[in-house]
Order: sequence, then structure tokens, then C-alpha cells
Amino acid sequence: MPDTPAIQTTGLGRSYAGRPVLTDLDLRVDAGTVHGLLGPNGAGKTTAVRILATLLAPHTGSARVAGHDVVREPEAVRRHLGLVGQHAALDEVLGGRENLVLFARLSRMSPRRARARADELLERFDLTEAADRPVSTYSGGMRRRLDLAAGLVLDPPVLLLDEPTTGLDPAGRREVWHAVRALVAAGTAVLLTSQYLEEVDQLAGAVTVLDGGRVVAAGTPDALKSSVGLDRLDVVVHDERDLDRAVAVLDALGTGTEADPPTRRVTTTVTDRTAALTGALHGLAGVEVDDLGLRRPTLDEVFFHLTTEGSRR
Amino acid sequence: MTWALRDAWTVTLRDLQHWRRQPAGPLIGLAFPVLLLLMFGFLLGGAISVPGGDYLAFLFPGMLVLAMVFGLEETMTAVQQDAARGVTDRFRTLPMSRWAVVGGRAGADLLSSTLGLVVLLAGGLVVGWRWQGGALAALAAVGLLLLLRVAALWVGVWLGLALRGPGTVVAVQILVWPFAFLSNAFVPAQSMPGWLATVAELNPMAATVTATRDLFGTPGAVDATWASEHALLLAVAWPVLLTAVFATAAARRYARLGR
Ligand SMILES: Nc1ncnc2c1ncn2[C@@H]1O[C@H](COP(=O)(O)OP(=O)(O)OP(=O)(O)O)[C@@H](O)[C@H]1O
Ligand SMILES: [Mg+2]
Repeated sequence: MPDTPAIQTTGLGRSYAGRPVLTDLDLRVDAGTVHGLLGPNGAGKTTAVRILATLLAPHTGSARVAGHDVVREPEAVRRHLGLVGQHAALDEVLGGRENLVLFARLSRMSPRRARARADELLERFDLTEAADRPVSTYSGGMRRRLDLAAGLVLDPPVLLLDEPTTGLDPAGRREVWHAVRALVAAGTAVLLTSQYLEEVDQLAGAVTVLDGGRVVAAGTPDALKSSVGLDRLDVVVHDERDLDRAVAVLDALGTGTEADPPTRRVTTTVTDRTAALTGALHGLAGVEVDDLGLRRPTLDEVFFHLTTEGSRR
Repeated sequence: MTWALRDAWTVTLRDLQHWRRQPAGPLIGLAFPVLLLLMFGFLLGGAISVPGGDYLAFLFPGMLVLAMVFGLEETMTAVQQDAARGVTDRFRTLPMSRWAVVGGRAGADLLSSTLGLVVLLAGGLVVGWRWQGGALAALAAVGLLLLLRVAALWVGVWLGLALRGPGTVVAVQILVWPFAFLSNAFVPAQSMPGWLATVAELNPMAATVTATRDLFGTPGAVDATWASEHALLLAVAWPVLLTAVFATAAARRYARLGR
């Protein structure tokens, strides 16, 4: 069934004690793609992930994973799914290898297969050396990597990653990105939540932004950036004495103008790209300029814009 | 079904791995009842008079029963810890039999309790306790004790699923004591004031205590009351009833974890 979406939700909702924390979530994630789920703390990301992982029952709507309904066919869903939750779910007393073998055995692999799979994953996540030490002695990053390995034991076609790189150093983060890209290239569908918007920008082809349990925006990262309609105009003057003039010029063209004297950089947020560039060229005539450019907003700026807009509504 | 059993065995093995990794906890668990036996038998025993006159013979079956009932703390702690550390959630996302999580727990705890029983029996033999009846009766007594452990297991699983947070295990540990003292484990129920004696006799522990004493051939084991005379029946009925009630409640709790 090549056309069955890996993940599909329709009008998914959930409340706690009558308070809705997830409302009307429509998602579609296809094989070989990454979908980013963004949102501030308490937006409902983990709630959505737990529903898809058959850990939590939805109150409204429906969700399918690999074509199987999460409520009616949880066993079938579990055969196609790997979960890396927000908090590590490991046996702290056992070693890394024992953990992976345990989960592999419970995923119905033969003892020999389970051991081989555990070794493979330990190698891949650079844990071979610590494999036989109890997990309670692992560093935060090692724990995170082992948790990721545990989610991959089954080699699942659908992978749910709930803030998989929280607590990792930049190198560890890049390793995880690398692993995710490799999995996706091999056809895995990934739903990824993250606090690091750069991460979603790097990995995800599509993004859904949640706030207060509701979808406030959805689309490709690029479309989101354009939809906000904000660009940054950046000027670096050659001579520090021209800074004031540059600030005056840019302030007339945009809002939120900021100057950074050490780098001689002035930045402002503009809505009309053409008017801004033309205006800057005219206004700065005769000034020596090292750099001048229009920058798309970072996803961070988009995110901030969307979620603060959302809370003002 | 075979899958359920295989998965349960895998989960049981995990507990055995825990013992190998951290032997201190289980060793203390094994030593504690022996310590209690020595304390009560030799420090307090001299001042307590019992029918038949031999306090060690009277006390020992009570200690065996107590060890089984204490087992519920072990079960509860393990269930709570797995829930708190996300291990239960991890199991719930795996394509394993969902009964194996609890089944594995049951397997591990019954193994550890059987071992505890063997150690305590050996301890008893060392300090001079002997059973008077036949070997078959003694085996039947061990069977009754394990049956009570099965009931304690399900109470423990239910408590572990129903109660959250540190402190709850300690609360249960404390509450088990008055429950144990309000039985015939340490002193004869008939030595208590009238209504307390009745309560103590109807305590589910008491039936197993009396029946075990009787099967071990302890003199003066049976009082002339209805509960005492039907101890064997009650020692089977109570655990079966408790198991039915708490296993059902625990299964419901487990099934409703994500509701
Ligand atoms: N068991 C629960 N009982 C009551 N409320 C809950 C429960 N679990 C989650 N919530 C509430 O649901 C809302 C959404 O929580 P959720 O964990 O999905 O957010 P999140 O987007 O993952 O946040 P974070 O970025 O902090 O992980 C929050 O307001 C939270 O307090
Ligand atoms: Mg979360």
C-alpha cells in the first residue's frame, strides 16, 4: 500500500479533567519524510505523540499509524512504531546491552537476533564501551542515545521522536540529525517535536505549529517564513562613525531597528522587500558599506511571532 | 498463549538480572524475616506464654506468614518504579503480550518469595524449630503460604498502579504492621479483648497462620472458635477471594492507564 500515509490524524483531541489540551489536530506524514511539531511548553506536543504511540486514548477524532487505528488495533500499531519519548524510558539497573536485548526479545526477536541487533545499535550510537555498565551510571547524553537506540530496536517504519536532542551537546545533536536523515533516506516516516527550531528547519519538510493545543500554522518551513511576511534588512557599515546615519535610514524603512556597534551591524524588520532595498540604497548613498542584505526570518522568529500572536488572540 | 508465557518469562528474567546487578536489596529482603524471628523468638519470647508452651513453635508459622504478606511491599515498589521510570510505558509501546508485564512481575516475585521461604525455614531449623506432622502436611503448609503470597502479589500490583509518589510505599510498610499485630501471628487471638479477638481471627492472615500451625503439628494450634476450626478452608478461601478482587482491579487499572 504505497499510498497509505505513515501517520494520519483527523480532528484529534484530548482533554484532562475537562480542560482541552489538544484540539482538532489534522496531520499527515508520509514514508520517507520528517514532519516537525513545534510549540511552546504545554502546547500539546507530547500529548499528540502519546496518543499516536497508543499510550493515551484520544477523546475526539481518530489517528492511524501505518494504516492501523490507534484505538481499535493498538497491537498492529505497535508492530510498526518506534517511540523515543521526552523522558528516557530505560531500566536503570540493567546495562545498555541488557536493555536493548530485553526490548528486542519483547519485540519477538529470537535470542540470537536480539543480541545481534543490540550490538549493532550500540555500535551505531557509540555506546559499545559502556554497554555493560548500569544505565544509572550513564551521562545524560548517553542515556538519550540509548533511548533512541531502544526506539529503533524494531527498525520501525514509523518513528516518533519527542524532543530527541534535548540535553545533547552540539556534536551529539548532529549525530542524531545524521541518524534521522539516514533513516528517512531509507524510507522511515518521522514525527519530530522539538524546542530547537533550527532542528526542525534542518530536518523537517513540513511543520505544524501548536499553541495551547490548537494548530496555529502549518506548511513547509519556507512557506511559514514567507507567510509571516517579515524579512530582516541587514547593513554592515565600514566606518563606525556612519552607524548613526545607518540607524536613521533603516529606522525609516522598518521596525525594531537594532545596532550592534562592535560588528558595525544594523538590523531592522521590514515587510516590503523591494521598497526596503531601494530605500536603503538611496539613503546610504556615499556611505562605505561592507555588507547589505535581506534575510528570511529564522524559524525562531516565525515561531515567536506565531505563538505570541496566538496568545494575544 | 505461548507468546504471553514467553514474554512473561523474559520480564521475569529481567528481575533476576536485577538481583545479579544489585544483590544488596534482595539479600536484606531475605535476612529481614530471619532477624525478626530472632528478635521475637529470643528477646520477647520469654515473656509471652502460649498454648502448648513453646513460643518458638507458636511464633514460627506466624513469621512465615508475615514474610509472605511483607512481599506485597516488594511487588508494590517494583510496579511503582517501573511506572515512574517510563519502563511500563516502554513495555506498552512494544508488540508484546500485555499480560506479560504483570505476569513477569508475578513470576519474579513468586521466585523470590519461594527463596525467602526456604531461607526462613532453614533459619528456623537452625534455631531449633522442628515440624511435628508429616512431610506431606508440611508441603501443604508451604503451598498455603505461597497461595497467600499470590494474594499479596495482586494487592501489591494494584497498590503500585493506584498509588503514586515516594512515601506511599513507606505508608504501606507502616500500615502492614498494625495489620500483622491484629492477628494471631505473635500472640493467640484469644488473649485479646473480646471484639478484637474476633477481628484478629477474621484477619485473612490469621487463617493461614492457624492452618500452617496445624499442618506443622504445633500443639494448641486450633482454638474452639468457628474461624479457628475452619482455618484450612479460610486459608484457601481468603487468598482466592483477595486474588479475584485485586487481580480484577489491577487488570482494570492497567487497561485504563491511558484513559
Ligand atoms: N496527566 C495529565 N493530567 C493533567 N494535565 C496534563 C496531563 N498531562 C499533560 N497535561 C497538560 O496538557 C498540556 C499539554 O501537555 P504536553 O505534555 O502535551 O505539552 P508539550 O507540548 O509536550 O510541552 P513541553 O514542551 O513542555 O514538553 C499541559 O498543559 C499539561 O499540563
Ligand atoms: Mg512535551
